[in-house]
Amino acid sequence: MGKRSAWALPYFIFLVLFVVLPLVLIGVYALTDADGRFTLANMGAFFTDPKIINSFLVSLEVALENTVICILVGYPVAYILADKSLNRSAVTAVLFILPMWINALMRTMATAEIFNVLGIGLGKGTLLFGMAYDYLPFMIYPIYNILDKMDKSYAEAAQDLGASPVKVFLKVTLPLSLPGVASGVMMVFMPTVSTFAVSEILTNNTIMLFGSVIQEQFNNLMWNQGAALSFIMLIIIGVTTLIPGNKNSETVEGGATV
Amino acid sequence: MKTGGRIVAKAYLWLILIVIYAPIAFIAVFSFTEAKSLGNWTGFTFNLYHSLFTGATSNSEALLVALKNTVVIALVASLISTVLGTLAAIGIYNLSGRKKKTIQFLNNIPMLNPDIITGVSLFLLFVFLHITKGYTTIILAHVTFCTPYVVLNVLPKLTQMNPNIYEAALDLGATPMQALRKVLVPLLRPGMISGFILAFTMSLDDFAVTYFTAGSSGIDTLSTFIYSDVRKGGLTPELKPMMTLIFLLVLVVLLVVNLRSFRKQKQLEI
Repeated sequence: MGKRSAWALPYFIFLVLFVVLPLVLIGVYALTDADGRFTLANMGAFFTDPKIINSFLVSLEVALENTVICILVGYPVAYILADKSLNRSAVTAVLFILPMWINALMRTMATAEIFNVLGIGLGKGTLLFGMAYDYLPFMIYPIYNILDKMDKSYAEAAQDLGASPVKVFLKVTLPLSLPGVASGVMMVFMPTVSTFAVSEILTNNTIMLFGSVIQEQFNNLMWNQGAALSFIMLIIIGVTTLIPGNKNSETVEGGATV
Repeated sequence: MKTGGRIVAKAYLWLILIVIYAPIAFIAVFSFTEAKSLGNWTGFTFNLYHSLFTGATSNSEALLVALKNTVVIALVASLISTVLGTLAAIGIYNLSGRKKKTIQFLNNIPMLNPDIITGVSLFLLFVFLHITKGYTTIILAHVTFCTPYVVLNVLPKLTQMNPNIYEAALDLGATPMQALRKVLVPLLRPGMISGFILAFTMSLDDFAVTYFTAGSSGIDTLSTFIYSDVRKGGLTPELKPMMTLIFLLVLVVLLVVNLRSFRKQKQLEI
């Protein structure tokens, strides 16, 4: 038995080289200047440059709104898909992930073009619509997975004990499905903050999300400044995912199966 | 009341599906006209399909190269990921305690990181190591974010497996290689296949990581090709028929696979 544990070694080395070291490098570049000397100036720019901090706040707002929209629209979809009395076909669930096979930028271009044809001006509204459209599958899938595997006898027991359907949902089904919602939130919130390209297309460059700011700095060869902004995002991700422990790993696992 | 609820539920699903598919339908409809901009109808024609396949314009030729790059990169990256991830899963299954926790934690990082962070971090790595950007860097980057999905798809198959089967094969005189090939791999195959499909999908759909790891190598995948089109202010018209054909192909494959497994399930129930 002992020897086969060594089979994980190549992947471990790979992870150190291509995951750990690159993340360390983000920190190193963030805290040094172009000549490799230690500096806090790059990190400081986040708090002092109004353009950067504004774009960060706008991104948080858009991400929050997008996450709420995805939950409100996606939860009922997941619920209906997982309920055998409402939906008996496995094909319907597949239909919700199928669009992901068409290039996201291409779909976004088409969405923007539909708004043009309908005479709707590009801006915050169209951005939120397009974002929800892109990220909806990432919310539906983990919730669907957890609802689908949920032991139905809990809900039945509550029903037998006289709870109304609304009460069964609020007191049993909803709390049990929250880990699925949590991993959905993780797959929607931070990726929305860091989106670029999609936001450029959907707002005609009028709203710049944080991802676009980072990309712009790398485009302008300001690697240290770009690394600093990435480092700030990394810290936020670390704090938000490490605090609740590793509870979510299991639902991520569920969300990963086709 | 009950049937009323069912109608509302069905109507809701269909409404969302219609909204989700509207842009794709839009692309498909306008693939049959020749106009440059997306929402412009200038009469029915197959011309775009024709120039897509003949590579008549320089743009459509570059587009075909981008398609080929996308598929080759996705295939190579997901094959490497499947081998690396399966071996890793077997190793992780046989590990315990802190070592197991550490490697599982590291495995989660690429899935939790937004694409741009993965892209930027690998960009800095290749700069730091003075590695010229090109196919190798793109494929290594794709392997990085694809392998975790393979690991997570193979691991459950190992926990479901009876561990004695492998030992039995060894006891009966199989070499470890034979036991791997004849016992372990067939048992893990469903997890490896779904891991491979997921890795392939993630690779195909990727934009941000490719963008940062292709650098100025001039290698385009569909995503980066479309993005530079967007920056130039107009899509290559042949993208419309290409996307339409890709969508139809995937739709047919998925429907066939799902209907078949659905039928199998029904037969088992009877």
